Amino acid sequence: MATTTTKSVGPDDIAIRRRRKPATPYILLIPAVAALLIGLGYPVYWQVVTSLQEYGLLQQFGAPPVFVGLDNFARVFTDSEVWFVVAKSVAFCLVNAALTVGIGLGLAVLMRAVHSWVRITMQITLLLAWATPLVAAVTVFRWLFDYRTGVVNWLLVQVGADGMGGYNWLGQAWTFFLVASFVVIWMSVPFVAMSIYAGLTQVSEEVLEAARIDGAGPRQILWQIIMPLVRPVIAIVLLLQIIWDLRVFAQIRLLQDAGAPISETNLLGNYIYQLGMGQQSFGGAAAVSLFVLVLTMVLSGPYVRYLMKEDAA
Amino acid sequence: MSAVLTDTATVTPPGRVLLRRQRVRPGKVLLSVLGLVLALVWVFPVYWMMLSAVTPDAILGSVTPSFLPWNFTLSNLESVLTDSGFLNALGMSLMVTGLTIVLVLAFAFFAALAISRWRFRGRKSFILTVLFIQMLPAEGLFIAQYQMMSSLGLLNQVIGISALYVAMLIPFTVWMLRGFVAGVPIELEEAAMVDGLSRPRAFLRITFPLLAPGLIASGVYAFLQAWNEFTTALVILPAESAQTLPIWLRSFLSASANRGINWAEVMAASTLIAVPVIVFFLFVQGRMTSGLVSGAVKG
Repeated sequence: MATTTTKSVGPDDIAIRRRRKPATPYILLIPAVAALLIGLGYPVYWQVVTSLQEYGLLQQFGAPPVFVGLDNFARVFTDSEVWFVVAKSVAFCLVNAALTVGIGLGLAVLMRAVHSWVRITMQITLLLAWATPLVAAVTVFRWLFDYRTGVVNWLLVQVGADGMGGYNWLGQAWTFFLVASFVVIWMSVPFVAMSIYAGLTQVSEEVLEAARIDGAGPRQILWQIIMPLVRPVIAIVLLLQIIWDLRVFAQIRLLQDAGAPISETNLLGNYIYQLGMGQQSFGGAAAVSLFVLVLTMVLSGPYVRYLMKEDAA
Repeated sequence: MSAVLTDTATVTPPGRVLLRRQRVRPGKVLLSVLGLVLALVWVFPVYWMMLSAVTPDAILGSVTPSFLPWNFTLSNLESVLTDSGFLNALGMSLMVTGLTIVLVLAFAFFAALAISRWRFRGRKSFILTVLFIQMLPAEGLFIAQYQMMSSLGLLNQVIGISALYVAMLIPFTVWMLRGFVAGVPIELEEAAMVDGLSRPRAFLRITFPLLAPGLIASGVYAFLQAWNEFTTALVILPAESAQTLPIWLRSFLSASANRGINWAEVMAASTLIAVPVIVFFLFVQGRMTSGLVSGAVKG
């Protein structure tokens, strides 16, 4: 008798307490919100304010900043150099994202078709590439493409391209971006390949069996059955890749150290760095930074919506 | 890693494997060869880094590269490990990473608890904000962060950079932990309370141990991010004495370039920075893939 009463009171009691204590979740959120406000909130606020101000060297030394309205934006976005940088960044981003997803998809499909020990070998090598820290990866590619003793030039000479002996890949813009693309693609393909492959393994065997019984060949099964089923995964990784390939400051900066022409090889992040840290033009740098932030937010919209849907589910 | 591999094993029914084994298909053999070649291409940079790390620099500079460790030596690794700059940067990286992990896990855990155990006003907007914030690139923020840390006198300080890393990592960590917390049914905790435990004790004794794997995975993720971070550290830690390992590696390479790059030592340094990351990474890889794209093919 006694036990039954406690049991029936127990859950109710909890429910009431939870209703009476709406403050708890807010208290739990305080540390995270405070950290986000300090680390990201204030910088974004500073950026908005500074982008509307004349804020340069003088202000660094204590002169009060002057409110100039949208002057920084007007100056920055009528500058043809800025648009050239934006165009280069967008082109670099789109080309690499497309190639990365294309190669990743190819590898994922290939992994389905090969012997299982070959697939495990492929997975392990992809994981190793994925795990390599960015700085180490870029450094290795500098060594691979080193014009004096790099193994790439040596290989090219071996296969008959004698002109490539001592070729300085990082010395001029277009081969510089070629090497940068190699690094970016090499590092990002594993995530894409593994994600799509994981998606492929989710396609149920019954569906494939049914298609086979209905007389579908392997090619039809791939394009008519499997591809439509994994299209959501492909869309998500493509979107993530586009967002990530816009932020290649570190890769470009590290490759530029090899003596590349800086202004020709700058992408958006590097341009902001040069504007802010190099020329101390903080107003202009803040304006371009805001542009990058807004661009990223717009691109992230579909991804965030997708994650929210998952939260609701 | 394990997640992906086991998926494969469970999804392929044994019957199909047997059927395929019975007849040798030339198409499959060709594709397997192609797969092996691609695997070789993909692993080559990692192999080349590690091979160069154990090869004398004089050999690396010779006309014909050697593709196997015929001239194995540990002297490159030794000279990096005794380099005062490396040790200093290692100390700095350990402090920054340690502080970041502790704070991120604590803060993100509370937040994850709040959003998965309570439905409250503002919950949706908090999640939405967090998801957008997680996408913000360091490139769009580092000038402002530099100004802020500089006016606070926190440039080149462990506290300063860690505060930025904590803010950078909280969103993804909250998102990852939310899944783990939601996976532990509240009924378990309530059952323990019915059996006489107080709410805090029920949480500590029942729920918390079940969350340990999630906390470990999130901690490893935070470690990887903080250990590898380059862009923000370059701006916030300009002093040589405050360099973390990635920044130190860059200046080590530049310093080496002044007297003809010693690729053997540079690769030894890269290897030493990469190996802990690779080891930890293999532990959490499955979680990270599913955290980013899980559910896309369900149903």
